[in-house]
Amino acid sequence: MNPAGAVWTLSEYAHGRLQAVSFELLAWGRGLADELGVPLCAVVLGEHLPDSTLQALIHHGADLVLALEHPALAQFLVRPQAQVLRALVERYQPQVFLAAATTTGRTLMPYLSILVDAGLTADCTGLAIDPETRLLLQTRPAIGGNIMATIKTPEARPQMATVRPRSKQPLPVDPARNGCILRHPAEGMDLRADVEQLAFIPNPAQDGSIEEAEVIIAGGRAMKTATNFALLQKLAQLLGGSVGASRVPVDYGWQPYPRQIGLSGKTISPRLYIACGISGSIQHLAGIQTAEKIIAINKDPDAQIFQVADLGIVGDLFEVLPALIERLEQCLPAAD
Amino acid sequence: MRIIVAIKQVPETSKVKMDPETGTMQRAGLEAIINPLDLYAIETALRLKQAAGGLVTVLTMGPPKAESALREAVAMGCDDAVLLSDRRFGGADTWATAYTLAQAVRRMGDFDLIVCGERATDGDTGQVGPSLAAFLDLPLATYASKAEWMADGRLRVERLEEDGRQVLALPVPALITVVKEIASPRLPTLRGMKTAKALQIPVWGPEEIEADPGRIGLKGSPTRVVKIESPKLTRAAEMLPVGTQQELDDALARTCQFLRQIGIEPKNGGAA
Repeated sequence: MNPAGAVWTLSEYAHGRLQAVSFELLAWGRGLADELGVPLCAVVLGEHLPDSTLQALIHHGADLVLALEHPALAQFLVRPQAQVLRALVERYQPQVFLAAATTTGRTLMPYLSILVDAGLTADCTGLAIDPETRLLLQTRPAIGGNIMATIKTPEARPQMATVRPRSKQPLPVDPARNGCILRHPAEGMDLRADVEQLAFIPNPAQDGSIEEAEVIIAGGRAMKTATNFALLQKLAQLLGGSVGASRVPVDYGWQPYPRQIGLSGKTISPRLYIACGISGSIQHLAGIQTAEKIIAINKDPDAQIFQVADLGIVGDLFEVLPALIERLEQCLPAAD
Repeated sequence: MRIIVAIKQVPETSKVKMDPETGTMQRAGLEAIINPLDLYAIETALRLKQAAGGLVTVLTMGPPKAESALREAVAMGCDDAVLLSDRRFGGADTWATAYTLAQAVRRMGDFDLIVCGERATDGDTGQVGPSLAAFLDLPLATYASKAEWMADGRLRVERLEEDGRQVLALPVPALITVVKEIASPRLPTLRGMKTAKALQIPVWGPEEIEADPGRIGLKGSPTRVVKIESPKLTRAAEMLPVGTQQELDDALARTCQFLRQIGIEPKNGGAA
């Protein structure tokens, strides 16, 4: 088993654990590698990478894990990470190299694409192999999801893409799966960091990021105040989700910018999106196109949000939400 | 001190409506504006200049009409501008765009900082900023939500990640891409508009920036768009009006049934 000419995925290892999106990438990579008849290789960089962590990548579909440990890779600093990846890519010449469209992937991959002279497609929601040319077909939404563009990289290698989180389910874990772990030496690599990390300030524990949430409850202008978002928080807790907002509540400071959904905020792909008092500007709709199911609650029966909803509740959110919360609480399993 | 802001002109999409017949966006006759996320880059550059003195140069690549975006940036307070415009630059992907900008920056000479927006609202890739940093081997911080000069001359940047904020120190020259949280963009001033109107803006083509003809425009782009589709944005919503108590009860019953159908069950909040 050899990483040369294989399909590679970048597994993000941060704060002592693999990021969940790394397993989704393996599900994408598995399909492509099988189609091309080449191995699937998971690449991991970090300071200490325990065997159990690397095994998890094999259990999720990798044939082989290419791991590189060095103190200079302890934190996410672009230059050393990109230079290590450059050395690995130049040595093994993968056909395809995928990373997640996270703040890490969307920083590292555009930097790397220049170092290795390769093409890169951002934020793909679909990947396939063209049966005729055997090239990677990279499909992505542009102009805020108003068009879907399919992109090829005819000559440059590897064919690089970042892939939107939650665009595919991880494969079921198979603890019996065998694979090979290759620990690559760091000797001779350019590990010089030009930027110094002074500190890392983690988000408060209960604030899961909205990109990774399965359920998102978002509020718009009709929420009226910051404190009214407690209603959404309550519903989010009940449904195991996160709270988001359209632009207005962020501009008014009712919600922080990382919670903004839409063209000038985040694009999200949850299983369920509940829009409360959001009229549905084209900018907002652009950010929610890839949500699996959408429930909209709005007083105005002509609100544009209803055009993209699966379930549309025409009513005052301050009447509907408390009643819905009460009803869901009644369905709760009794505490042991 | 010299700060360069790289911006893009994009179609104005904020007043766009969906076509109720086709369910797609009505895009005809859209005005061209500065990419809204670049306004935060301009504001950041102006504030960093105010703190340390110096000049802000605004740079863009685009068709001749992109000059209006540069004049608007000057009206906000930028000191001068450069337009990269030539047919041979056309059809560039992010790789070729970053190469072209890098060549222009090299031609400009010494600088301390390049500021870019997080991404443009049309292409939506966010790739040009980091790629430009790679071409010029500059210290890079993306998704900056705060940037200020440190006593030792480095730039202190807070960088937003999914799980928290990274606090970074960047030696200059450096490149940052900024998010909207960093600052509220100022409005153009009357004086700025006068300056903008009178300003001579140089237009550079491939020769002026000594660009390799094989690395610019469509020809220099490793990626190719092979298909464009306009997906229907609309879904057929099941509408539940809530006027009476009975209607509210029915709507809630249907909502709970819908949640069960898609496999979402209520949980004890915070018990995870």
